[in-house]
Amino acid sequence: MSVPADTLSRAPQVDDEEARYREARRREKRRRRLLPALGIAGLILLWWALVAIFQVKPFIAPSPWAVLQTLYVKREVLLANLLPTAGEALGGFLLGNGVAIAVATLFVHNRRLQEIFFPVVVMFNSIPVVAKAPILVLLMGNGVEPKIAIAALVCFFPTLVNSVRGLEAVNPQAMELMRVLSASKSEIFFKLRVFSALPYLFSALRIAASMSVIGAVVGEWIGATQGIGAMIIQATYNFDSPLLYAAIVMSAALSGTAFMVIVALERAIIRWQPESATT
Amino acid sequence: MAIAEAAPQLAEGASSSSASGVAVSCRNLQVRFFTERRAITALQGLSLEVPVGEFLTLLGPSGCGKSTFLRVVADLIQPNSGEIQVFGAAPEAARLKRDIGFVFQDPALLPWRNALQNVELPLQVAVKHARRGKATPRELLELVGLKGSELAYPHELSGGMRQRVSIARALASDPKILLMDEPFGALDEITRDRLNEELRRVWRELGITVLFVTHSIHEAAYLGQRVLMMAANPGRVRAIVPVTLPADRTLATRESPEFVALTSELRHLLETC
Repeated sequence: MSVPADTLSRAPQVDDEEARYREARRREKRRRRLLPALGIAGLILLWWALVAIFQVKPFIAPSPWAVLQTLYVKREVLLANLLPTAGEALGGFLLGNGVAIAVATLFVHNRRLQEIFFPVVVMFNSIPVVAKAPILVLLMGNGVEPKIAIAALVCFFPTLVNSVRGLEAVNPQAMELMRVLSASKSEIFFKLRVFSALPYLFSALRIAASMSVIGAVVGEWIGATQGIGAMIIQATYNFDSPLLYAAIVMSAALSGTAFMVIVALERAIIRWQPESATT
Repeated sequence: MAIAEAAPQLAEGASSSSASGVAVSCRNLQVRFFTERRAITALQGLSLEVPVGEFLTLLGPSGCGKSTFLRVVADLIQPNSGEIQVFGAAPEAARLKRDIGFVFQDPALLPWRNALQNVELPLQVAVKHARRGKATPRELLELVGLKGSELAYPHELSGGMRQRVSIARALASDPKILLMDEPFGALDEITRDRLNEELRRVWRELGITVLFVTHSIHEAAYLGQRVLMMAANPGRVRAIVPVTLPADRTLATRESPEFVALTSELRHLLETC
């Protein structure tokens, strides 16, 4: 009776039936990856058809082909403007999330502090970004600082809320276990809370990754000479719609890339199944 | 009621009670909880003495304070009044000395650690108190029948296996008393029977004191040397029933006339709680 019947069997027995099953799974996975691409292609085709059928003037809306041409012809200008935006977004992402995690840690360890400042943070968050941006530009001038600050601000709130929730979402019996073991507060934090919070944190970081790009672009709308945001404003004033669309594609590509980096990081770090899934 | 009479003497000297082989002794223990609407007396006037090495099962309806009592012993809850000593000292001292191992109803394994790492947790926390047991984490996993599953993560293990890991974890820092709060309550009956059998084997092998809370009459009778029957509202001791079954118990013991007589006596007591 020493080895129970429910012992995990890890013997790699691959028979025909299993192989067929795995093959079907792989095909299904490939198909699932293909379908969104189909959706995007369909949308572009529809766009093209609409522009062609209604003979939309190029300065109102360009055809996809015109956008593609602009992307290629003006690639150097576009890239030169993408870099500062990417830098601001990254800076804002690191700053905003870093501060959010630090504040969440503080809040979890000091309930009184949380009670005092959480409502203030919520209130502050309810001000639209577009309204906060001019204030920061006035305060910080025309350089990169206000852009980073705006990007940081939009990242801050979702990460703070999720981190607090995650750090507090500890299995109560695991908490009692730590107390029976006479664990110190920092041991409880580093051995228990941090890990419990990681899934919550990553779902916030995914949002923050694309939000930081939005923040940087919005920051550039208000007084900037370079960056994707500045390009968007200039292209709009010049009725240069192909350039406007190309700039939008660039910013979308930037936030998409940021999102995927976070997803990849999450997959690499969280290799366990969260507790809710196991019980 | 011999227990209540014996209690006054043992409260006197901390060292004497430890020398006389008492694991847990308490007198007139009272615990109250307050909610928005009312006050609940979870334990009232509980007096009890558990000798070292005993397997005591605590049986009673929900809300009779069984789990509360375990938590008082483990220093997770402070009693409002009364005295309690664990190995002749305050529960806090016992906790700090790592005399206490706790097994919860939820295995509460850390999902990011594999089975072996979960068992190692007590040795990595509060290291100045942690003492390495006679058995290594690997040997403890073998003891609970999980040899070969050391590297499996909790989500890869069945409910029964997870609870085995949690028992191995509770034993990792070599406790003198094991507190078990309905550890098999969420398991299917077959797994539960098997774990009951193995728990008795582990207990006899290690010779430690066990306090085992359960809802199941069969479990209480099969596992314990004595059954502490508790009643609810307020939580108190209803009776202490000695179990006269032989020390060598198998699942077949459950069909013996003595076992049947014992369980029907317990059932009768439980119904009149």
